[in-house]
Amino acid sequence: MSALVQYLITGISQGFLLALLATGFVVIYRVTKVVNFAQGAFVVFGGFITYSLLGAGVPQGVSEVLAVLASAAIGLVFGAVTILGKMTPTASLITTIGLAILSEAVAMLVWGTVPLTFSGLSGHDLHIAGIFVQPQYLLLIGASIVVLLVLWLVLERTYVGKGMTACASNPYAARLSGINVKAMGLLSFAIGGALGGVGGVLITPLFPITYDSDVNLAILGFAAAIVGWLTNPGLALAGGLAFGVSEELVAGYWSDANQTAVALALMIVLLLWQSHRRQQVEKLV
Amino acid sequence: MVLSPAASGPPAGDGTGEHTPLLSVDRLVVRYGAAVALDDVSLEVGRGEMVALIGANGAGKTTLLNTLSGIITASSGAISCRGRLAHVPEGRELFPDLCVDDNLRLGAWKAASRDPADVYELFPKLRDLARRRAGYLSGGEQQMVAIGRALMAKPDLLAIDELSQGLAPNVVQEIGRYLVRLNADAGLSVLLVEQNARLALELCSRAYVLETGRIAAEGPSSHLKEQPAVQRAYLGGHVAT
Ligand SMILES: Nc1ncnc2c1ncn2[C@@H]1O[C@H](COP(=O)(O)OP(=O)(O)OP(=O)(O)O)[C@@H](O)[C@H]1O
Ligand SMILES: [Mg+2]
Repeated sequence: MSALVQYLITGISQGFLLALLATGFVVIYRVTKVVNFAQGAFVVFGGFITYSLLGAGVPQGVSEVLAVLASAAIGLVFGAVTILGKMTPTASLITTIGLAILSEAVAMLVWGTVPLTFSGLSGHDLHIAGIFVQPQYLLLIGASIVVLLVLWLVLERTYVGKGMTACASNPYAARLSGINVKAMGLLSFAIGGALGGVGGVLITPLFPITYDSDVNLAILGFAAAIVGWLTNPGLALAGGLAFGVSEELVAGYWSDANQTAVALALMIVLLLWQSHRRQQVEKLV
Repeated sequence: MVLSPAASGPPAGDGTGEHTPLLSVDRLVVRYGAAVALDDVSLEVGRGEMVALIGANGAGKTTLLNTLSGIITASSGAISCRGRLAHVPEGRELFPDLCVDDNLRLGAWKAASRDPADVYELFPKLRDLARRRAGYLSGGEQQMVAIGRALMAKPDLLAIDELSQGLAPNVVQEIGRYLVRLNADAGLSVLLVEQNARLALELCSRAYVLETGRIAAEGPSSHLKEQPAVQRAYLGGHVAT
């Protein structure tokens, strides 16, 4: 019983990390139609930059905020490289893969190949349902919820957010209406970068990361985003949680060698189920 | 600044003079790859003028408006617009997931002019539909939103592509009356692209006929209406020649 609770808490935490990544995929894809495979790099940079700032004696909170801002700035640069030219969506996708590889090279040069971590939220472990939980897990879950909620409010309620939705649903009309579609695309990349950075800041104290952690993260985050057809943030969140929890359960009760394979198999099942549902809806319409 | 030998024009620097057209298009050529969509097109719209652009399917009307809006780049020729142009695109092109109010607000070009009160005054029906998603409106209601969104830009020139497409005749008449009123009250200039030539020639004082990328005829609507070729091709008239 207590093992199950442990797996669930770890799984939900991982799930929110994937949800942050998946939301980044969704926000960028909706506005620019680019699948940004460099999404995992933002997590790595967010974690590593915090690590270095802490090492330089910068206070924890300041380091974390700066790391998120730096990740947003990196996102902006990636966006500029990807969308400011006149690339086709396929070329843009390849470009983001290139940026991911470049990021790994830079991260390896700067921070090396050893897994890095730093201590997160201090304080006693909390006693929940018969097990002890590090407060950092609860911080990750709580902060992710707040970040996703704020993002949702910005997108749904503000003029800029609606401008982004307009670019997503009809870029031609958005241009005719005087909306700067490229600027909105850059903004979406910056948001994607910030979301990844938040993930990196929150996860690194729990699971040390290496320069190449981005690949696995990008694949699982993409899988979660695909659950929401790359456009629905609510379903992407659900996808992230489903993958995070199922991964931990598989690792806990079976073997952690199989966890990613099982998560990806789950993705395929979900996709089949969804396309089946979609066909039924289309039959009705 | 162009120095004119004939010194009868408005004083230099006054670009808003009566004789300077609001929009002038000069020898415009637009290509899609090797195909020429617009071939040496020149036209003008004066301040406070309503001008029609008629022509068969594929004549290049939409291409012309998209070039005016900067969506398409011309191969050669010049466009000069001495004011703000707003474009009501063919097929309305609303933001279907956003409500009517948001669609209108997104048309504004300045933060200070985001209040759609004027548009609601013009189309009272839209006020009741303000919170409805634009994708769920009827065709006529959508056309009102499309025109309203363009008006939110506070344009000097409104370019409308296919005003009557898919609309009932009485709705078309209603919107047509609105346009005439806007033109009379606010001095709004209009460039109206329209399949229904009879309607276009009725609403506008002057017209151009576009045929496969070239201006085939132009002049006051009353003159064009009398031309046998225009009657045969666009007014369904039976005129013996
Ligand atoms: N994106 C494009 N690529 C290639 N050719 C195009 C493109 N858009 C339009 N054309 C061609 O250019 C010509 C002019 O098209 P345009 O849409 O401007 O005509 P139109 O006068 O608006 O017609 P309609 O009355 O049917 O709306 C047509 O022959 C069309 O097939
Ligand atoms: Mg057209």
